[in-house]
Amino acid sequence: MTNLIEIENLGFDYGDRPLLSAINLHFPRNKVVAVMGGSGSGKTTILRLIGGLLTPRSGQVRLAGEVIGKPGSTALYKQRRKMGMLFQHGALFTDLTVFENVAFPLREHTTLPKSLLHDLVLLKLDAVGLRNAAHLKPAEISGGMARRVALARAVALDPQLIMYDEPFAGLDPISMGVTANLIRRLNDALGSTSILVSHDVHESFEIADYVYFLSEGHIVAQGTPTEMMASTHPYVEQFVHGKAEGPVPFHYPGKSLARDLGMNEA
Amino acid sequence: MMSNLIVRTITQLGRWVRVSVIELGLAFRTLCAIVMGGLNLWKRPRLVTTQLHFIGNYSLIIILVSGLFVGFVLAYQGYYTLSRYGSAEALGLLVALSLVRELGPVITALLFAGRAGTSLTAEIGLMKAGEQLAAMEMMAINPIHRVLAPRFVAGFIAMPILAMLFTAMGIGGGYLVGVQLIGVDEGAFWSQMQAGVDLWDDIGNGIVKSIVFGFAVTFIAIYQGYQAQPTPEGVSRATTRTVVLSSLMVLWLDFVLTALMFN
Repeated sequence: MTNLIEIENLGFDYGDRPLLSAINLHFPRNKVVAVMGGSGSGKTTILRLIGGLLTPRSGQVRLAGEVIGKPGSTALYKQRRKMGMLFQHGALFTDLTVFENVAFPLREHTTLPKSLLHDLVLLKLDAVGLRNAAHLKPAEISGGMARRVALARAVALDPQLIMYDEPFAGLDPISMGVTANLIRRLNDALGSTSILVSHDVHESFEIADYVYFLSEGHIVAQGTPTEMMASTHPYVEQFVHGKAEGPVPFHYPGKSLARDLGMNEA
Repeated sequence: MMSNLIVRTITQLGRWVRVSVIELGLAFRTLCAIVMGGLNLWKRPRLVTTQLHFIGNYSLIIILVSGLFVGFVLAYQGYYTLSRYGSAEALGLLVALSLVRELGPVITALLFAGRAGTSLTAEIGLMKAGEQLAAMEMMAINPIHRVLAPRFVAGFIAMPILAMLFTAMGIGGGYLVGVQLIGVDEGAFWSQMQAGVDLWDDIGNGIVKSIVFGFAVTFIAIYQGYQAQPTPEGVSRATTRTVVLSSLMVLWLDFVLTALMFN
């Protein structure tokens, strides 16, 4: 089997609002796949559906051929042992130090000797450039640093599948480049599969093998970064080149400004 | 027009019943999961002792000070009433019975809901808002077992101990005011208490009450935190609900338990 994750006819609603409609996505093993799209297009929801944090309305998500288990089921917890996820805001445990945060999954799931666990955590922190911040609490580091600690925690158990939710948001240019390279290197070194949800076209295209574009609940375009750069699809063109004009309106749909200001519309 | 109103009222009532049944079922299911998680905690006692420290030790000051003042007031009020009937020497018995059977468990539970309950709700609610519980889920760790169960067991253990300390402080306060300040005979104060307080009927009942209150207050607090909307307003509302629901539950349970204990 070449695909680690297969999503078939997936549908999901938030209350009465349909978010995803019959989408199909495939994430091949050992590849970095980016899922891109505007805010509110359902990118993070896809990660949550893969992780079993949400249940689809229709369709299914399969991990290595097995359908993702029901919430709270033993099967789901077993499948999650193969996953790592970097949350958008890090989701670090605020009562633990940086070191303890990275050590947390190792302590919970392994019986490694203390010294080995210590060395392993320091190596993970070293990879994200925060070995010397090991003693600090999350409140004492910046948002970007917190995201890098969360990245070290997400890969602590060397998972088969690593999901990144906006890994570049709020990072300075140096950290952004280092993080992008790290995602690629980790993927190749661990032989894992990475799903990258991001707005950042430049960094994502740099490291991704394949890209899906998501809009209004559908996959509107897909291909390699080179193909996407050359694409003439109006949505891709607007998104990749950051144009104000295009199929995606900048303004939330509704009344015009002139009407709101009580002026006659021409 | 009238028929529309009737239909709407019945619909709303039906919706309310359905939502209440779902809520109750969800709470019961969560409670079962917490208890199951709690049973496995003997393998990791440190998780419980850490929470016991936060929940129990940090509530100690308010419990001890409140117990002392309640004892002071009880002695004054008791002496005022008893002396009118020439029974001032029974002050020790009155103070002890009031505290052991009733005021100790009830006031401790109300203070516990305000001090530890709100802190538990806010902590768990903020963990949810900060996606810490979701992160734990994604690490294949059940947050009910890892976060909720240790707090529940710690609250369950801490509450009876705090109630006993409250009662002991209250009796001490009663002694200070009754014997040292007002001048009730010291021998009568202690001997009446010793003769009149039954180990099982009085102290046992008080301990049973405090265990039940500990169970109820801790569960309400952690469940409200776990079910809180992951927003600042949601956590704030959940914290308020913890105090209101816990207080009402304690008073209702106190009535039920007292009625059962008096047959």
